[in-house]
Amino acid sequence: MSELLQLDGIVKCFGAFTALKGVSFQLRAGEIHALMGENGAGKSTLIKVLTGVHQADGGTMAVAGRSIRPANPRDAESAGISTVYQEVNLLPNLSLAENILMGRQPMRGPFIRHAEGKRRARAALARLGLEADVTAPLGSFPVAVQQMTAIARALDQQARVLILDEPTSSLDAKEVEELFTVMRRLRSEGMGIVFISHFLDQIYAVSDRITILRDGSGVGTWEAAALSRLALVSHMIGKEAPGLAGPTVRAEAGGTEAIRVEFLARRGTVGPLSFSVMAGEATGLAGLLGSGRTETARMLFGIDPATSGAVMAGGKALALHSPRAAMAAGFAFCSEDRKAEGILPSLSVRENIVLALQASRGALRRVPRAGQDALAVRFIKALNIRTRGPDTPIGMLSGGNQQKCLLARWMAVQPRLLILDEPTRGVDVGAKAEIELLCAELRRAGMSILFISAELEEVVRNCSRVVVLRDRQQAAVLDGPAITLQTIMETVAAA
Amino acid sequence: MNSSRSTVLWPLLALAALLAFNAAASPGFFQLEWKDGRLFGTLVDIFNQGARVPMLLALGMTLVIATGGVDLSVGSLMAVSGAVAATQVNAGAPVAQAVAAGLLLATALGLVNGLLIARAGLQPIIATLVMMVAGRGLAMLLTGSQMVPFQNRSLTWLANGSLAGLPVPVFIVLILAGITGWALRHSAAGLFIEATGDNEQASRLAGIRTGGVRIAVYAFSGFCAGLSGVLEASNISAADPARIGDTRELDAIFAVVAGGTALTGGRFSLAGSVAGALLLQTLTLTLYNQNVPPAVAPVPKALVILAVCLLHSPRLGARFSRRPQPAAA
Repeated sequence: MSELLQLDGIVKCFGAFTALKGVSFQLRAGEIHALMGENGAGKSTLIKVLTGVHQADGGTMAVAGRSIRPANPRDAESAGISTVYQEVNLLPNLSLAENILMGRQPMRGPFIRHAEGKRRARAALARLGLEADVTAPLGSFPVAVQQMTAIARALDQQARVLILDEPTSSLDAKEVEELFTVMRRLRSEGMGIVFISHFLDQIYAVSDRITILRDGSGVGTWEAAALSRLALVSHMIGKEAPGLAGPTVRAEAGGTEAIRVEFLARRGTVGPLSFSVMAGEATGLAGLLGSGRTETARMLFGIDPATSGAVMAGGKALALHSPRAAMAAGFAFCSEDRKAEGILPSLSVRENIVLALQASRGALRRVPRAGQDALAVRFIKALNIRTRGPDTPIGMLSGGNQQKCLLARWMAVQPRLLILDEPTRGVDVGAKAEIELLCAELRRAGMSILFISAELEEVVRNCSRVVVLRDRQQAAVLDGPAITLQTIMETVAAA
Repeated sequence: MNSSRSTVLWPLLALAALLAFNAAASPGFFQLEWKDGRLFGTLVDIFNQGARVPMLLALGMTLVIATGGVDLSVGSLMAVSGAVAATQVNAGAPVAQAVAAGLLLATALGLVNGLLIARAGLQPIIATLVMMVAGRGLAMLLTGSQMVPFQNRSLTWLANGSLAGLPVPVFIVLILAGITGWALRHSAAGLFIEATGDNEQASRLAGIRTGGVRIAVYAFSGFCAGLSGVLEASNISAADPARIGDTRELDAIFAVVAGGTALTGGRFSLAGSVAGALLLQTLTLTLYNQNVPPAVAPVPKALVILAVCLLHSPRLGARFSRRPQPAAA
């Protein structure tokens, strides 16, 4: 079998830290090859070396037998390697055609040949089975079309190696299926595809082979059919998976009521919603993308305050008109958008953890430095946060470890209700299990959790009560034994 | 606030190089003389003049820039407070009241900057540009567009007097810088300022009153400018509404940037800014000593500033010191 892409002994160091310790990787023409690893295993770094964003400190790379050494992304593209990133990085105000051809527009002298450009853009999209107005701005299309445009751009560049870095994270199930159809078609045309995803189902649905990285080294490469899920996970985290193989960690229903939501609504956004949250239990919010899950969380935390209804605790109505007011009422909110609404990237892990506690104490009652250090060290240990130390900037940590720092930030204020919006998004399997176990511990300590996740299995595993949302309305509240994948999906799908 | 050593290092290195040059080029540079109970010499001048304007302005500007903003109005606010103090003294007000009135008005105008930015949502560069124009106009209005000379020994003493042999402004700035640094370190204000500059949205969701933080830093910047304006008027016993503080906002921004605080906000270093201001003042006096015509002086000045900023640049810095870069994996 011919090796389309051959990486041997790739080494990459950042200062004293070695991110890749001699990784080898082979990609055949006409295969979909999944690249798996925990956050921090070196996947992103490997991709960045391959696409010329970083330069390797050692090792060799070759495309179809020809040695390459890309100094920048353009070099990599001209060597036939194209990448589609998780967040589509195209230009939303330009047309589809312009995005597809950017930098390679057909020219006649100093002039762009627009008609020829449109024809080429249409041809590239047609290969993906997509028909769209190539003169309309990219931003006017759904994310799925934007992703297809990014792939079309790769096709127009005569790419032979296509890297898809978590392309499915913002797509719904139908769009994912369409993407897979395109991937299979490209595979049959002889393209080599590197596929990165956190969703095991998707990995097994399309991949021919799987390569696993751990701590900057290659663990091995397997035929997908010959590698069980459990084996995959234990290779990734280097031990038996906690929580995944074991029984579910759900609490029994029937505690005392901590918070009652009564006809809570925000005009034009979501609601009315009515449900109770029990002390020491997790209440799930389930529903499709756009069903109002995040909107509900933002309403409860006072970011987009409710316009009618009430939230009661101990017989009194809570004022939730701003995040500060919600914090004063004992609420905490971990946003789904870690980068924009969570981390302070250049501040240290310690400062990121202490932030909410300090904000609730006010500027004048500073947490003493010794107390900050103790707090940070305690959470780094308890949550198994992988960082060089409490004073490392949080921006240098991997996504899963950043997420754990944000959980620590809110655990430090000891809220009565912790709202977790997609706490496991973009987090590897091992960290996912750790975060779920952490939720279980918090519940045992008496904290209530509002758990929002697009992954229904996760909701079923963790919640003793589930509020199902449909079209920004409350569709049903499921309790205890009624919580199964089947019932949730039936409720979501009910007309 | 976590002034990493390298932040203060570059302006101090540049300062050392400049002093070495002066030691070689102008023999009298390091000469100090004790006369009439106070020290005289070029070094004293650097500290004195550096304290009066760039250091004072840089204190406020550092905090503004740390929140991701910028304050272009400080030069004009200097003129306003100088004008207020001078006209008040001439109207027979006690010195303390005259100075307080100048500081109060400058602080209030800084507060208006903050309100325009934090509450009305204007871009900092626009809001303070408006204040820069309006403030200069207000100073003209207060003085009838005329230079306002005054004869008041107490007010003149502020910039020209000495304590323990050293000029008064040096003490004023050291005390203000000391209090500011101490207050930011011993309260959480420093963290809140850095958090606001690093990611305002996330800081707000963590419960920080980011609007209040922004309003406070612009008010503080106005206060620093006001104090600087009073000292400038005191220095020549006159308030010149057209010239006090003219283009000095740029000196302040230079000092802050040379001191290692990034214009994008986040981490700041007060010590770095003070070092940056000293560097700037030394440079000015060096050029003066070398008989570089004042009209040409900005060129070498700009080159030195550029050099310090390049040393701070993460891209170039990586080549020199192979500092670890963020490893997103």
